[in-house]
Amino acid sequence: MHTSSDLTAEIAEQVREASGAGLALEIRGNATKRFYGRQARGEPLLLTEHRGIVSHEPSELVLTARSGTPLTELARRLAEHNQMLAFEPPSFAGEATLGGAIAAGLAGPRRPFAGSVRDMVLGVRIVNGRGQVLQFGGQVMKNVAGYDLSRLMVGALGTLGVILEVSLKLLPAPQAEQTLTVNEPAARIHELTEQWLRTGVPVSAATHDGTRLYVRLSGAASSVAFGKRQIGGQNFGPAERFWRELRDHRLAFFTCRGAESLWRIVLPPAAPPPDLPGAWINDWAGRQIWLRTDAEPAHIRREAQRLGGHATHFRGGDRTMDVFQPLDAPLLRLHQRLKHAFDPAGILNPGRLYAPL
Amino acid sequence: MSERSLYRPEDTRFEVDVEALITRLRPLLPAEGLITHEQGRRAYECDGLAAYKQLPLLVASPETVDQARAVLRICAENRVPVVARGSGTSLSGGALPHPQGVLLSLAKFNRIKEIDPHRRIARVEPGVRNLAISEAAAPFGLYYAPDPSSQIACSIGGNIAENAGGVHCLKYGLTVHNVLQLTLLTIEGDRITLGSLAPESPGYDLLALVTGSEGMLGVIVEVVVQLLPNPLTKQVLMASFPTVEAGGHAVAAIIAGGVIPAGLEMMDRPAIQAAEDFIQAGYDTQAAALLICELDGGEAEVNEQIRKVESILREQGADRIRVARDDAERARFWAGRKAAFPAVGRLAPDYYCMDGTIPRKHLAQVLKRISELSAAQGLRTVNVFHAGDGNLHPLILFDGNRPGELERAEALGGQILELCVEVGGTITGEHGVGMEKIDQMCVQFRPEALEQFYAVKAAFDPQGLLNPGKAIPTLNRCAEFGRLHVRRGELPHPHIDRF
Repeated sequence: MHTSSDLTAEIAEQVREASGAGLALEIRGNATKRFYGRQARGEPLLLTEHRGIVSHEPSELVLTARSGTPLTELARRLAEHNQMLAFEPPSFAGEATLGGAIAAGLAGPRRPFAGSVRDMVLGVRIVNGRGQVLQFGGQVMKNVAGYDLSRLMVGALGTLGVILEVSLKLLPAPQAEQTLTVNEPAARIHELTEQWLRTGVPVSAATHDGTRLYVRLSGAASSVAFGKRQIGGQNFGPAERFWRELRDHRLAFFTCRGAESLWRIVLPPAAPPPDLPGAWINDWAGRQIWLRTDAEPAHIRREAQRLGGHATHFRGGDRTMDVFQPLDAPLLRLHQRLKHAFDPAGILNPGRLYAPL
Repeated sequence: MSERSLYRPEDTRFEVDVEALITRLRPLLPAEGLITHEQGRRAYECDGLAAYKQLPLLVASPETVDQARAVLRICAENRVPVVARGSGTSLSGGALPHPQGVLLSLAKFNRIKEIDPHRRIARVEPGVRNLAISEAAAPFGLYYAPDPSSQIACSIGGNIAENAGGVHCLKYGLTVHNVLQLTLLTIEGDRITLGSLAPESPGYDLLALVTGSEGMLGVIVEVVVQLLPNPLTKQVLMASFPTVEAGGHAVAAIIAGGVIPAGLEMMDRPAIQAAEDFIQAGYDTQAAALLICELDGGEAEVNEQIRKVESILREQGADRIRVARDDAERARFWAGRKAAFPAVGRLAPDYYCMDGTIPRKHLAQVLKRISELSAAQGLRTVNVFHAGDGNLHPLILFDGNRPGELERAEALGGQILELCVEVGGTITGEHGVGMEKIDQMCVQFRPEALEQFYAVKAAFDPQGLLNPGKAIPTLNRCAEFGRLHVRRGELPHPHIDRF
């Protein structure tokens, strides 16, 4: 039996007090992504006890759960009903929580084929920086009443509100899954993936590790079999583990990192690989590059920008500096005003996303 | 239909010197780009919700982004409201003009700038029609997925303002899931890019925030959408049910069975009959409910799914199941559904189209309540809806020339929306709040949530000049509507500016 408890009142009270006193709060689940973003500061506001699945209606494809609920608990519940979170949120080391997954907005290998974190968010309940408990969105697929403040929480790293509850759209789990490896260069990853998709191959991941191209197929058994015939390549045995370790950064590429930093570079479709020194993994059919490098941050950002994308200083380096691509002046001004609209005292995860937010 | 003032005193608090404004705007715009005479302005007095009419003070129709930007700057300097308009097909009065404001028409921004088949994107101006994007993409075997019923006329800019849906969003998502990047002009004259062709962009997800914001936060001047490859195969099947309940259960069973159809539509008996009388699609007029289910994808997958759906439908008590044999028959199956609105239009002088969304499990119960509420108002309601995502479109039949009928139709509409909220749904799935459903917003949102909306609005538009009086009700409006908890005659948070 999983624990389930609703600490809404306590959390709201803690935020109200902090707001009155002007004291910074560091919103924390199981701290599995504490390395991410700029350096955290403030009194910890712990959400791990605010947990439990509030509702799950398999025929509605909707799940609502409290932010402290571990992702593993959700995955187990969904698996019983042959459903899944399509965006494959990473857990990294330990028991990542739902709230952290939404606040960080990070998605796994399936993202370009099934949708991003925010694509699946239907509604949220939050505490804003004034300590008010607010509900936006809902549990239905289509909802255009009011501004979409639910999706705004995704990737905001808790700077706009403390996430209490999230309603997510689910997808049916694929009936069959198979991973193939193909001996093709990384430069062809976009072109090949497109070609496969357009002939009806159910691609659900496409990754290149510098040696081989890994393609995961997910869908009806017949369409997975069809995909295998189209692609050829070799069966890849330890597939489930490979994709999990890629998602959670436990592949040797991530764990054997020395002093150099880990960067995440996202690019438009069909962009050439960035011209940067270091070791890389090319994921999302070429749209997400993991790069281990000690190149200058400014140089990395310029190169990402030249290719139409942007770069995040994912792990390592100086966390008191910008870790996300800096915003230009009008956009930053708008971000500051929005931050003020939710958190006028500036107490929620201050500086975690950008120094002035 | 009667002409009533729809705006509240706090929405019309502006003081505009129209002659001075004309003098400022005239040199910025091409000769035809500023419409001041009444006859010309009359063409813009309503959008797709024709019951609501309001003459704009002026109509500005810029041809370039710089012109649009200059108009916004002048309006901001002089505190003049601005209502942006694309094709004017909104069903909720989203583009209803403001009596003291400039109606900013984006109709001349109608160029498709780029179709990139390799990256599967289209870069277009906001006035481009939804269907025109798919037509331009068709030679490359691509299309733009969201397909609101007005797609032949509605503009992509308006689609973004309303987060438009359509028949296929169950599988392919809403506008918000299919737009990659926007260029937005703020009322202060900044030109900002939101989103990116890359999977994400740094900072807050302002692209999602602006999508569906009903012209309240900025004016869209360029759009990049993603295109999808045409489905390799399509199958359409049609099933008759002896009761609406059985049809509702079948919808839930298909989804629970792990199938996501490309479209899953339902019609009740009056809708079936109206459609059949209108275009003879071969619908089963004996059925209490008709389900149309479209499956698409690779051939093997679709064949497997069609077998599965057929067996589910049979288990759920379908009387009759027909699978279309060819493209012609597939088109015929859809024809009745697609013609349902005009078909219903023949049943009464006027109809009023609602747009609530509910959890699918409440479908049968809600339909029953709707018919009870209709009977109590002495009106008839016909139901056509996107069953797969629980989006109802009850069509309330009335005669606007009969005194009191429009008011009763609006009252019934309000009750239906409140029913949707009661069962855990929402007052609008895809048409937007606009002016039409603004009172029901007071039912769906608590004052604290409305205040958060005002604060977000102020971050983009501190003077409250963009589309005033729409989408988000003032607390005063809610108090008057009787849905705000007013203690001892005092509004909550009296210190807060209510715009």
